[in-house]
Amino acid sequence: MDRRKIEENIFKGLMNASMLIILASLVFILVTIIVRGLPAMNLAMITQTPKGGYYLGKEGGILNAIVGSLYLAGGATLLAILISLPVVLYLNVYSKKGSRLVAFTRFSFDVLWGVPSIVYGAFGFTIMLFFGLRASLLGGIIAVALLVLPIMSRAMDEVIRMVPQELLESSYALGATRLETAFKVVTRQALPGILTAVLIAFGRGIGDAASVIFTAGFTDYIPYSLLRPAATLPLAIFFQLGTPFPEVQERAYASALILTVIILIISIVSRILITRFTKHIVK
Amino acid sequence: MQTKRLLKDRLASKLMLLLTVSSGLIVFVMAFGLYERSRPILAIKPLSELLFSTSWHPLRGEFGFFPFIMGTLWVTGVAVAIAIPLCLLTAIYLSEYAHRWVREWTKPLIDLLAGIPSVVYGVWGVLIIVPLIKDYVAPFFGTFSSGYSVLAGGVVLAIMVFPIIIHVSVEVFRSVPYEVREASLALGATKWQTVKHVVMRKALPGVIAAIVLGLSRAFGETMAVLMVAGNVAKVPSSILDPAYPLPALIANNYGEMLSVPLYDSALLLSSLALLLVVLFFNIISRVILIRVERSIQ
Amino acid sequence: MEFKTHIRVRNVNVFYGKEQALKNVSVDIPDRRITAIIGPSGCGKTTLLKSFNRLIDTTDGVRVSGEVSVDGENILDPKVEVTHIRKKMGLLSQKPYPLPMSIYDNVAYGPRIHGIKDKKRLDEIVERYLKQSSLWEEVRDRLRTPASRLSVGQQQRLCLARGLAVEPEIILGDEPTSALDPSSSQRIEQRFLELKNQYTIVIVTHILRQARRLADYVIFLYLGELIEHGTAEEIFENPKEKMTREYIKGIIS
Repeated sequence: MDRRKIEENIFKGLMNASMLIILASLVFILVTIIVRGLPAMNLAMITQTPKGGYYLGKEGGILNAIVGSLYLAGGATLLAILISLPVVLYLNVYSKKGSRLVAFTRFSFDVLWGVPSIVYGAFGFTIMLFFGLRASLLGGIIAVALLVLPIMSRAMDEVIRMVPQELLESSYALGATRLETAFKVVTRQALPGILTAVLIAFGRGIGDAASVIFTAGFTDYIPYSLLRPAATLPLAIFFQLGTPFPEVQERAYASALILTVIILIISIVSRILITRFTKHIVK
Repeated sequence: MQTKRLLKDRLASKLMLLLTVSSGLIVFVMAFGLYERSRPILAIKPLSELLFSTSWHPLRGEFGFFPFIMGTLWVTGVAVAIAIPLCLLTAIYLSEYAHRWVREWTKPLIDLLAGIPSVVYGVWGVLIIVPLIKDYVAPFFGTFSSGYSVLAGGVVLAIMVFPIIIHVSVEVFRSVPYEVREASLALGATKWQTVKHVVMRKALPGVIAAIVLGLSRAFGETMAVLMVAGNVAKVPSSILDPAYPLPALIANNYGEMLSVPLYDSALLLSSLALLLVVLFFNIISRVILIRVERSIQ
Repeated sequence: MEFKTHIRVRNVNVFYGKEQALKNVSVDIPDRRITAIIGPSGCGKTTLLKSFNRLIDTTDGVRVSGEVSVDGENILDPKVEVTHIRKKMGLLSQKPYPLPMSIYDNVAYGPRIHGIKDKKRLDEIVERYLKQSSLWEEVRDRLRTPASRLSVGQQQRLCLARGLAVEPEIILGDEPTSALDPSSSQRIEQRFLELKNQYTIVIVTHILRQARRLADYVIFLYLGELIEHGTAEEIFENPKEKMTREYIKGIIS
């Protein structure tokens, strides 16, 4: 009897320790970024573009990367919505239950979900070569759109699946077509969830470096054309950290702080949306 | 008026079907595209040389991937070795022992870990883990290390895969019906015995699937390892040695890719390999998870 | 009926959050007899049963007060070792839940966790209790195959063997035959009639005929309150309370 208790207590201790380690690593990371990033932060960081070349930019800020990232992630998310939403609506409204196409598509999104972002970047690169594009905002948008497509689709699918069949049936009973039901009823019902899916995808897209390293290039300027290279926050951080100049490395920490703050804001907003959404569902 | 609506519906239906089928085909298109661009090097070099040669000198036309394959295996191995015990214990705690509000508060926090971008992990690794290894861990073992090492990559990667392993494992545990636990408790078993002998047994396939998903994530992770693993093209002989994982190789050399013959083909071949390996792992774990779901019902 | 009390229940109250599931229940459960707890669904029968082996502890937000004494020990006392109590009580649930292991391991699970490691003893235990629940002949050549492959009726008998293998003093049955077909139900009922010589048996049932067939003592609960209790004869032939009469006649159900 005692032996059992001892064993249980040992493992309970180990479990508590593991939980603490995991939570502590989260706190550790956030605190480090804040502590190292805050000193190097100043208004210029977010309002100016780098002066002195992107490797040697000791002054100015990273406005090029901030705007570039927003454009790129925004464009990619938009492109992904244009594909995700119709596909997910098709899977849930148009298809018959148990259709093999539905199962296959869901499965393939699940499988795509884990594909590394560098592969998307490499593939985006092959597409660009094929079309003769150079490293550009457009290239980056395509690569990131591919990256976030499975993530957005999966999140949307989970939400739209929960719309009760009876709701669809009441719409049909009034004589509506599937198209009208899909876009007027289902999307309205699932709107918070859809927005959350979009935010999650956006957050993933803005933070990713490996997919844009091949495809978007880098520049000191705020992007003004789809066909010109664009700067992104993750790459800005990466390059700044890679210089041998401590002042530039400090700026990397500040840039990391900015990126982390953006991501945190997106996380919090989507969490709020999720709780608002689940309140609706308890009808 | 009626027919216009019906027409719109039919048109939309066809369009959406097209998009859906295309989405399903993306995987194949990607694999095919990468394969096409890898063909030049596959045509010239035998597969055995690519896989097992340790000589990596692109300018001389030598493309031996062995050091990078080993680098990836070492780093991923360390990451998974660290992550498995921590994640399993945490998952068991969250699903079997914790109060509901503990679970509700920690799940979002763990998911937050998943949202932190790879570069930020890299920055943290450079700021904290690398110096830690250089100044404390290596001297403790009586050796020297620059800090940029397999261990650094492994530690950072481990933290990056915590969320997915924990998330999936907890879901698998919660899907075990509570009546089976009751049956064990009713016989006088302690909670821990019930977990050890009954819950784990039922949840085992799902937990393996969770680990495989984490493994596949670690495999393909690029930026963070790029920044802390050292990037030296030699097979590591200890975890304090630097390593050059495959994704890091691809990312680091995007600049020279097009100027050296066969370089782009080599790197795209690596991407293809990465894609295939990750797909393999993902498919297996998804299949396991689907089977687990079915057997529970 | 002269009997020795095995379980003494005094002033038991159970709350699930704000809802009171059991209101001040006091009764004596006779030793080595079959006691049936009857009443309409939701009246607290299962709650009472589960408080005997403290399985209600596993539900969130449950509050229990009062005393349940077995051999002089109050098992509701929080200081008491729970696994020790549960060993004394064998539970047979409504739906059989075999553990995810082989038939042999299912029966051996209980003895093993309580410390018996000797293979010969385990073999003997497995055989004895499978025989006691009349499952031995059917499974003797496939003891190592998964228990999940048995039919529902066989699984329930397996759960009975599993419960008996820890050598309890009391067997608790939570509607033990409601998921079974008539012939399997009959076999389980047969077992109970034979086992009552060695064990105190308490079953919850909503099948009045089953209670008539099996019970020596009957407890009638309604909405968490103990309405009446007495020997089977008293309750079925001559119920004192109006509600009991109405339930037995089938008016309230």
